[in-house]
Amino acid sequence: MDAVALSRLQFAFTIGFHILWPTLTIGTAWFVTVLSALWWRTGNTVYRDLMRFWMRLFALGFGMGVVTGIVLSYEIGTNWAGFSRSVANVLGPLFAYETMTAFFLEAGFIGIMLFGEGRVSKGAHFFACLMVAMGALISSTWIIAANSWMQTPAGAVADAQGIYHVVSWWEVIFTASFPYRLAHMVCASFLTCSFVIAGVSAFHLWRGQHVAASRTAFSMALWLALVLAPLQIFIGDMHGRNTMVEQPTKLAAMEGLWETTKGPAMTVIAWPDMAAQKNFYAIDIPHLASLYLTHSWDGQVQGLKAVPPQDQPNVPIVFFAFRVMAGIGVVLLATAITGFVLRLRGRLFTARWFQFLTIATTPLGFLAVLAGWTVTEAGRQPWIIYGALRTADAAAPVAAGAVTTSLLIFFAVYNVLLLAFVWFAGRVALKGPIDSSPVTREHPGMERSTLGAFTTSPVPSPVRGTDPARA
Amino acid sequence: MTELLQADTVPLVFAAVAVFCVTVYVLADGLDLGVGILFLAAPRDADRDLMMASIEPVWDGNETWLVMGGTLLFAAFPAGYYILLPAFYLPIMFMLFALIFRGVAFGFRLQATRFRLVWDIAFFAGSVLATFCQGLILGGLITGVPVDNGMFAGGPFSFLSLLGVLCGAGLVGGYALIGAGWLIWKTDGATQVFAREIAHAALILTGAMMALVSAWSAWSVPEVAARWFAFPNLALLAPVPLVTLAVIVALWRGIWEGGQARTFLLALALFALGLVGLIVSLWPYLVPRHVTVWDGMSDPQSLAFLAVGIAIIIPIVLAYQAHAYWVFRGKTVHEHGAYGGHAGS
Repeated sequence: MDAVALSRLQFAFTIGFHILWPTLTIGTAWFVTVLSALWWRTGNTVYRDLMRFWMRLFALGFGMGVVTGIVLSYEIGTNWAGFSRSVANVLGPLFAYETMTAFFLEAGFIGIMLFGEGRVSKGAHFFACLMVAMGALISSTWIIAANSWMQTPAGAVADAQGIYHVVSWWEVIFTASFPYRLAHMVCASFLTCSFVIAGVSAFHLWRGQHVAASRTAFSMALWLALVLAPLQIFIGDMHGRNTMVEQPTKLAAMEGLWETTKGPAMTVIAWPDMAAQKNFYAIDIPHLASLYLTHSWDGQVQGLKAVPPQDQPNVPIVFFAFRVMAGIGVVLLATAITGFVLRLRGRLFTARWFQFLTIATTPLGFLAVLAGWTVTEAGRQPWIIYGALRTADAAAPVAAGAVTTSLLIFFAVYNVLLLAFVWFAGRVALKGPIDSSPVTREHPGMERSTLGAFTTSPVPSPVRGTDPARA
Repeated sequence: MTELLQADTVPLVFAAVAVFCVTVYVLADGLDLGVGILFLAAPRDADRDLMMASIEPVWDGNETWLVMGGTLLFAAFPAGYYILLPAFYLPIMFMLFALIFRGVAFGFRLQATRFRLVWDIAFFAGSVLATFCQGLILGGLITGVPVDNGMFAGGPFSFLSLLGVLCGAGLVGGYALIGAGWLIWKTDGATQVFAREIAHAALILTGAMMALVSAWSAWSVPEVAARWFAFPNLALLAPVPLVTLAVIVALWRGIWEGGQARTFLLALALFALGLVGLIVSLWPYLVPRHVTVWDGMSDPQSLAFLAVGIAIIIPIVLAYQAHAYWVFRGKTVHEHGAYGGHAGS
């Protein structure tokens, strides 16, 4: 492979790995914030226990997000120097604003959020949580503004050297696809987290442990899912119709639509063959795509063949990734509705099969987010700036060997990280919200909680001092 | 606003902001990278618990200045970003790998019981490697990078230079010195004694490498020598090495005596002086001897947009970062297990 293909692979891998953590932390930061507010206002210790529990999981995910995010801010230069040269005037300030308004906000308050309980008042702790949660949202806003500009560029003109100069900052930030993409991603994060919270709580309900806290979290998460799952499908539909107008080739790849058609059918499943420029083994439902895309029986939708093959994205990747995302959306909606029906019948906390089902849905949101970003990024190809700059012309003058080295190390390092995260976060999650009743110390190095579970702890240090939370 | 920004002073203002960000990064992340460099040298596990607890609430904020430096370079001086980053591809990548390991070690070490040593080593090795890579980049920058037609035109190893290795060793020593100063300030008892002892070694390494780097860059890069030894400069710049020497002497004498924050503050001063020396050697180049700050900056309308944010937001950021340090002021007390003071049980 040449340096461009290797750089693409490396960027796809590193950004795909990175997006998992913001997805987890945007939602959990808000959950912790809500719990901090509830604990502050009600004094109910269930909220405090849940807050501390989800804070621990949040902290692990946040750390992963920080370290994998720093990589991206440098990779744009190291691997995509041509792109950086072309768009620095436009995207540089957006990234700088993201750092200034979001990363610093999160970094400034994360210490108080994670370690400040007991040092600051409950109200101040809530404020710190709120700032971290706001930081996460502000960060997504800037970065999605930058991504949307690459999808639907506006407000800047390129000179003869291909360098973009900004004409209107308003148009650069609020591009045609920006509001839809932002809403879709933020909603995806909240939806994913609601199923993570539901899944972890379901595990404890199934085990019959931490019942009070787990019921509270399970119920909160499923209420949220009931609102967000249909909302996400609604936003997704609007985003799709915006894509049809702004990036018709991407939409055609999502739908597997080769010919420009009046009243196109919905292709449920098929094998899109790029060499033959047609679908094999297609199962079609007549006129359905026309209904949801154009809201009419005989609307016209542009097909892939409207552009020459070298301007088409990799159709099978976009086509199948879209089906994975949409399929998971439907599964999550069905789960949320099932939960609502059980709740109406008073069996929400007792139906064991439903606990199994929600445990199984825990990772689905992440898969859907990965699939969704695959649709939007692979669907933009072969352009890095849609219709303006080809990815092949955007790479940096680096040697293929150097990129191969870094790619292999990224692959190894990120897999180790993921294993370590699953191991540690899994252990925290399966242990559950800690019972806040006093702990008895029986002998040095061993502590026994009131549940009777033994755990080893490091040898107590002479500087340990008093622990307000344990007293 | 735009007219104001078209004046020749604009690049100076942005260069000053960029230098400021680099300085804050080096000083702030220097202290927690330094603590990492000293991590395995500490005699007891209890020391390590305390050392990590002393930087836990602030390391993320410190490291954010690295992102700020990168994005500011991209936004204000894109030529520096798209020429220098590919030029230093391998050291940047290895620095990032190292930062990843030391970053996640904070969270995972807290949760680990059996494999704690693995995360101890990850934290130590990550800190050393990241620091050394920064030194390689610095040395390569002084030596210069090959540029052709406005883009980097070298190979994957053209960053490598003897100067880079010397800078790497110097930075390891220097960060260790800042870290030791931080520990003297923030801890007491046996951990503080350990920090005072190791501060001597760190100071010797730092001082020796500063002298070697200065001498070798004057010897091997004629432009640097010309800058320092040409006539009026020699007299004007003489205070820089002299004050540096005075700071080193004050450091050496103050490690056991004097206020507890003294070593830390003097170590910061030593680094600031090193940066002044660096700027003297390289000014006005963004990419040494190829692109000046005037040639490498972005559009006036981009700088204007950026300036508004910097002027309003950076002071606020500094205020609440200072506040975060203030909340965790005083000697660090280790409450093991941390978040909410209640893990691992």
